[in-house]
Formats: sequence, C-alpha cells, structure tokens
Amino acid sequence: MSLPSQLLQTLWPFRLEKRPEPSSTMRLASPLIAATAMALTGLIVFLILGKDPVTAFQVFFLKPLSTTYDLGELALKATPLMLCALGLALGFRANVWNIGAEGQLTLGAIAGSGIALFWGEALGSFALPVMMIAGALGGMAWAAIPAFLRTRFHTNEILVSLMLVYIAQQLLGYLVHGPWRDPDGNNFPQSKVFVENAILPMLVEGTRVTAAFIVALLLAVASWVFSTKTFAGYRMLVAGLAPQAAAYAGFSERRNIWLALLIGGGMAGLAGISEVAGPIGLLQPVVSPGYGFAAIIVAFVGRLHPFGIVLASLLMSLLYLGGEAAQIDLQLPSSITGLFQGSLLFYLLAADLFITFRLRRIRRESRAVAGVAS
Amino acid sequence: MTTDAALPPRLQLRGITKRYPAVLANDHIDLTVGVGEIHALLGENGAGKSTLMKIVYGVTRPDEGIIVWEGKAVSIASPAEARRLGIGMVFQHFSLFETLTVAENIALAMDEKIKPALLAPRIREVSEKYGLPVDPNRLTHSMSVGERQRVEIVRCLLQSPRLLIMDEPTSVLTPQSVLKLFETLRRLASEGVSILYISHKLDEIRALCDTATVLRGGRLSGTAVPRDESNASLARLMVGSDLTACQLQPREPGEIELELTNLSLTTRDPFGTRLQDLNLRVRGGEIVGIAGVSGNGQKELLAALSGETLVGEINRSHAGMIRLCGQPAGLLNPAQRRGLGLGFVPEERLGRGAVPAMTLAENALLTGASGGSSTGMLRYGMVQQKAARAFAKATIEQFKVKCGGESSIASSLSGGNLQKFIVGRETRLKPKVMVVAQPTWGVDVGAALLIRQALIDLRDQGVALLVISEELDELFMICDRIAVINQGRLSPTMPSAELTIEQIGVLMSATSMAGHADETVTGEPVDVAA
Repeated sequence: MSLPSQLLQTLWPFRLEKRPEPSSTMRLASPLIAATAMALTGLIVFLILGKDPVTAFQVFFLKPLSTTYDLGELALKATPLMLCALGLALGFRANVWNIGAEGQLTLGAIAGSGIALFWGEALGSFALPVMMIAGALGGMAWAAIPAFLRTRFHTNEILVSLMLVYIAQQLLGYLVHGPWRDPDGNNFPQSKVFVENAILPMLVEGTRVTAAFIVALLLAVASWVFSTKTFAGYRMLVAGLAPQAAAYAGFSERRNIWLALLIGGGMAGLAGISEVAGPIGLLQPVVSPGYGFAAIIVAFVGRLHPFGIVLASLLMSLLYLGGEAAQIDLQLPSSITGLFQGSLLFYLLAADLFITFRLRRIRRESRAVAGVAS
Repeated sequence: MTTDAALPPRLQLRGITKRYPAVLANDHIDLTVGVGEIHALLGENGAGKSTLMKIVYGVTRPDEGIIVWEGKAVSIASPAEARRLGIGMVFQHFSLFETLTVAENIALAMDEKIKPALLAPRIREVSEKYGLPVDPNRLTHSMSVGERQRVEIVRCLLQSPRLLIMDEPTSVLTPQSVLKLFETLRRLASEGVSILYISHKLDEIRALCDTATVLRGGRLSGTAVPRDESNASLARLMVGSDLTACQLQPREPGEIELELTNLSLTTRDPFGTRLQDLNLRVRGGEIVGIAGVSGNGQKELLAALSGETLVGEINRSHAGMIRLCGQPAGLLNPAQRRGLGLGFVPEERLGRGAVPAMTLAENALLTGASGGSSTGMLRYGMVQQKAARAFAKATIEQFKVKCGGESSIASSLSGGNLQKFIVGRETRLKPKVMVVAQPTWGVDVGAALLIRQALIDLRDQGVALLVISEELDELFMICDRIAVINQGRLSPTMPSAELTIEQIGVLMSATSMAGHADETVTGEPVDVAA
C-alpha cells in the first residue's frame, strides 16, 4: 500500500460501503431529517449573528403561518414551485435532466403576456384560458430547443436548458425595455398593466392566492395518474430506471426525451403566466425570484413524487416567506433564503447517501487471519 | 505429477469461512494442493468457488480460517502480496486495455516497473517455452479472446508463480484451443507449478485434473480423484441429485418464420464486429442454434434481430434482409416486431430483460403490453394492473420461479429465477418466433433444465426458435440444426445429429469461412436446399 493512502487511512479509518438493502422507510424520512438539520443549522447561524434564536425561529417559521393573509402568501408562492417541480420530476424520473425551468417559466410569462397585452380586451372572458395555453406553449417551445438538439445532435440537455435560461431573461429584458414598454409608464421598464379580464381571480377574499393554486393541485393529481396508471408514464419510468430495458421493449428514446422536456417546459410556462397574470399583473424585467431553480430542490425533497412535491413546495415557499420576514424584522441579508435552500438540499443529499451507503471502520489489515493463525 | 512426500503441500486451507450480509459464501472449507498438482475446484454457479479463490488471491479476507503456504501460516492482504508469495491468477474476464499493445498491458500489470520494450524479449521467451504464441507488439483490440487469454497466462508466468489459479478458463475457448491450453498446463505441472483449476465442465476436469474438491452451496461437498469418477458421479457431488436429460423428438418442420437474406451490417462501435452476408432460415417447429466464441458478431446479430438496431435505417432497401413471419422487418422497432410474433430473451437479464427496481408484475408489462390486446394489460393507454399481476402470477407458477410473489422486485431474484421469469414471460406471450441468447448462462443446473425443456416445448408447439449460445453441449442437447458464427460471418447450418464437437471447433476458429467450411465439414448445408 502506498504511503499517502496509508496516511489517509490512519487519519480517516472509514470507508463507504454499499448497504445490502436500502431502507424504504428512511427514503421517506430523509426529507424530514434534512428539514430538521436545516432548521438546526439556521438556529446556529442566528446565534452566531447575535440574534435570539427563539425570536428568529418564530419570525422565520411561525410568523409566515399566523394569519389568513400569510397562509394565502404561502399558497401563492408554492404555486409556481409546485407547477415547475411536477413537470421537472416527471423528466428526472425518465432520466432527462431539464434544469432550465426558470427560462421556460420566463418564456411562458412572455407568451401569455403577449396575448394579454395585445388581445386581452378583444378576447373578453376567453382571455385567461387563451393566455394559459399560450403560456404553456411558450414554455414548451423553449424546452423544445434542448429536446431537438439532444435528439438530433446528442447535445447535453443540462447545458442547453441552463444556458437558455439566460437567453430567456435577456429576451424578457429587451421586451420590457423596448417594444412592450408602457408608453405612459414614466420610462419604467415594464409593460402596461393587464386589463381586468386578463388577471387571475382571487381564490379567497383578503389574500392574494389565485385560481392557479387549484390548477397546480389538480395537475399534481393528474401527474400522479400519468406516472402510475398510464402506459406512457410507465414507459418514461422504464427509460429512467433501465434505458437498455426500454430499448429492448421498443420504447422510443426520442419520444421519451421530447415528452419529458415538453411536459416540464409546459408546466414551467404555466407557472410563468400564472405569476404575471396573478400577483404581478404586468410584465417586468424579473418575473421570478428563482422559482425554476428552487423547483429542482422541491422535486428532490418531494422524492420526485407528485404528492411529496405538493408538501415540499409548501416548505420551500415557507423558506421564501421566512427569508423576507427575517430581512424586515431581523435586518438579515436577503441571502438568508438561499442559505436555507442550499442547506436543505445539502442535508437531503447527505441523508440520501447514507440510505444507500454506510460508513464502516476499516479494520486493521490482516488482523482477522493473523489472529487465528498459530 | 511430481509430488514429493518430503515437501509440505503448496497450499493448505483450513476451515475458511466467509460471510456476506445475505449469504454464507464459504462455510469451513478445507483444501490442500500439492506441489505440481492440478487441482480442480468444482461447483455450480454460486457454490462459493470464486469467493474461495478471491481469498487465496488476497482480494477478500476470510472471517475465519487459516491459509498455510508451503508449510507456513500466512495472511494474504492484497493481490500484490499474493503475487509476492508466488500465486498467479488468470481471471475469467480479462482486464486488458484495448488500445495498448501486449507488452504495454503486461507492463502495467506488473508489480515492478519495467519498460514495455525491455519486457518484450522476456514475453517472447516465456511464450515460446510454453507454446503460447504471443506477439508483444500487437495491439490488444485486434486479438481474439483465446489470444487475450494467452496474454493473461504469459503475464502470470512472467512472475514465475508456484501456484496458478485459472478461473473457468475454457468458457471462451474453442475445443481445439482447450486441448492446447491443457498441454501448457500439464507442462507447467511437470515443472512443479501447482494449478487450481476452477470449472463446472466435468469432461475437462476428468481429462486434466489429479484431484477435485467439490463445493455445494458454500460447503465442502466432497473430494474425488476425477479420473476414477464418472460424469454422473461428479455431477451428483456437485448438484446433490441425479440429472435427467432433455428429449428431442424428431418432428417435421413447418413454414419459414425467420429469414435472414445476405444480412450485412456495419457497426458504430470501433471494436464491434461487422456482420457480413448472413443467411439463415428458421422454420416453425425447429430449434436452430448458433455457436461461436463471444465477440464474433453475436451481440450485433441479436440487436439486429430484436430491432434495437434497425437494418434498413440507412438504406431502406435493406429492410427485407430480415423477414419475420413472411414480412420484411428490417425497419420495424422491437415493439412492432413483437406485434408480428417475436419473442426475445436477451443475454443480460437485469437491466435489459427486466427493470431491476420494478416488481415482477411491472416487468410483465415491459413486453406484455406490446404483445397485443390478448394479454389485456393495456386499455386505452391505461395500465390494467390486475391483468399484469395475474400474468406475472401465472408465469411464476408455470415456470416455478422462486420469489416472494408478483410484487417481488426483479433485482431480488437470483439469476436463474429471473431468467425463468423472463423466458416464461416471453413464452406466455405466445410467440411465433423466439430468439434466445445464452439461455442458461450463469444459471444453476435445475433452472437450466427447466428452461431448456420450455424451449423444447415451444418447438413442439410449432414455434421457430433461434438459440445463440457459447455452450456447445447445450446446443447439441436442444438444437435440430447448428450454425457457427465467426468474425461476423455465419456458416451454413448442419443437422446437429451429423455434427461432432471437433467440426464445430474448426468452424469456430477458422479465419475465413469461405472455402474452409467446404474442406473440413462433411455435413450437408441444409439452407441451400430449403
């Protein structure tokens, strides 16, 4: 054995060993373990920053749940996270790694807004449905680019979808600074406010939560039915679990990639238009505080399961609201939200690692045999 | 055999025990190998042979037991230490880099650092001495499997071992190369090298070995002098019960169901095999076997038959090179071919023939759904779980799959049981043509028997079967006709009753099929007449 590896073994006499059978209970428990570890880390951070941990905890996790309005905000912010994560999870389970939901969300917002701005009045009560469809189509169109490049040229969909996020944001910036800017808007880079029939109705009086929340919940059910009951969903699962088995069974790889990206893009596009036609009400340079990226965490915290994603999106939404409250009440920087999101993902991945592996102490070489030998 | 009574035995194992989380791989195994002795280690797959050899070679350590090397108790902590003691091992699967030369590969595997150029003369010397022709400057990828094995043996011999472990060395060799290998091994033994020979092939062991240690289910089942035993008595030690043979009743074949006409296919894999002008006809009610050393185009042919590679993709006029049930099938994908009546059992069970993480019921759906509406597993694009479960349950019962039921995860089944399930699934989908690759590879004797009988039953029901296997014994047992694939070319088929193992061996090793076949094989090519 070489010297460096001997040294390493003395300092760190452990190694990872695959477990014979990963526990399925722990697989479900790991998001809870991760959330607890995240909360504990947060408390330590608050302590170091000199904040009273009890107050900080209260501000961060309890205040956003105290009034009807706050609960409405929770559902409101959970909506785009849920929509994006549901679509992404279908793709992740099919081994298609679309991480550009943020860009598809942006394109959905642009496409839907186009309808609202130019035909909003003319369409009357049809405006909202048409906008929703346009939003979904916009997201799909953006996701079709990595799908085409992957199936035609074998490019990597992770890179392409990610790079397209920044292009989408530049496109949005160009539109609100240029052709779609409100001429009566004091030169602010934003579009005209949408007409009333192009704004999503409120779900509960006194809150800002819109009908999109119900749509998201229905889509969670639809997504569950799709992946557990339909043959199309089964094909995508097989493609993700065992690509060779999918080829053997004759499931087309091309169709799998297209379907995964189009569903993910469509759902993200829907999230985008729900934001601009909901709480925002117009098109502005930034339509999302990173919902499309946070949705990746949501998808994994939710175990890629539609109902898990519903819960995970509420948790992630709480982190956004808690972060805002911490900024106002505790004068903490806005990056506190990112810190919680990041540590949640970190602990989840760590917990998942220990589900499939365990840490074993390396026994001193040869003790087993030499001890017996006489 | 030059065993000297005064010398201590070369290797003695006493009470070696190795536990894994799920199984007891070795349970108090004793084994003694004398100086210059060729010692067989015999047992079925999963009997614990490989674990025991890994312990001797220092790859794993035993939980209990003593290893005595030339009279001294030793602990072998790593393969490097094993090599220092004088133990060499030739593995079943070679670890050679395709893009390097023989000398470079050997230099990489040596414990001391020697430049390949300096190693070359030593390689030549050893290879000449033991009749193992190897050119040190040849690139590995251009070599056949037999040649690669020679490289591995030469590599071991360069370290002048006193114990050579051979793990199933003949599974990749033609019958003629086997005889050559035996000569080399006998010569080594006469020079005092001890050899541990792992195998489950009884004929070979009886021909070669001085002593045999038989393992069954991790335990020592007995020791024997193979020359004094019969195949049946050795098999009894190995399996624990008597074996019955399959019966092939003569039968008049029916219509042509699978037809290859001048099938040629280039490969995208730089080390793949190009298929050239394959001609084959398989009729209903017969089993046609394709023999050959692996890597001679079997993988490519199977992919072309299943539809994973589309023959007509580049040139549509090639679509007719493969005809299934009378229809050109070169452009059809695997699901469409299944719709025409193709059943297919691939070589890799876990990950290709079945999805490891899914239940057996879900795995029934894998091919059951495209088997047409008859199975009832699909209705309007929706999965009918009940039908899939019922199908899996019936398969488990009919093919005696040992498992916890239709909700068992595929990866929890043993290789043999999963293979029974896959063969059962494809059989129950009522194929007209059935293509099977390595039907009993790595499967225990009982399961192998059941699988072979299932294939014969299909034949008797009028199904056209094509079996691609490396096990010649198996092909002779179940096939009506046999062809040989070599370097991407297929020989004419010959009735197996008129063939000998030697004739097949010649075809397997022939460098050029054209001409060669006519000189050496005396079977009438049936295809020409058909």
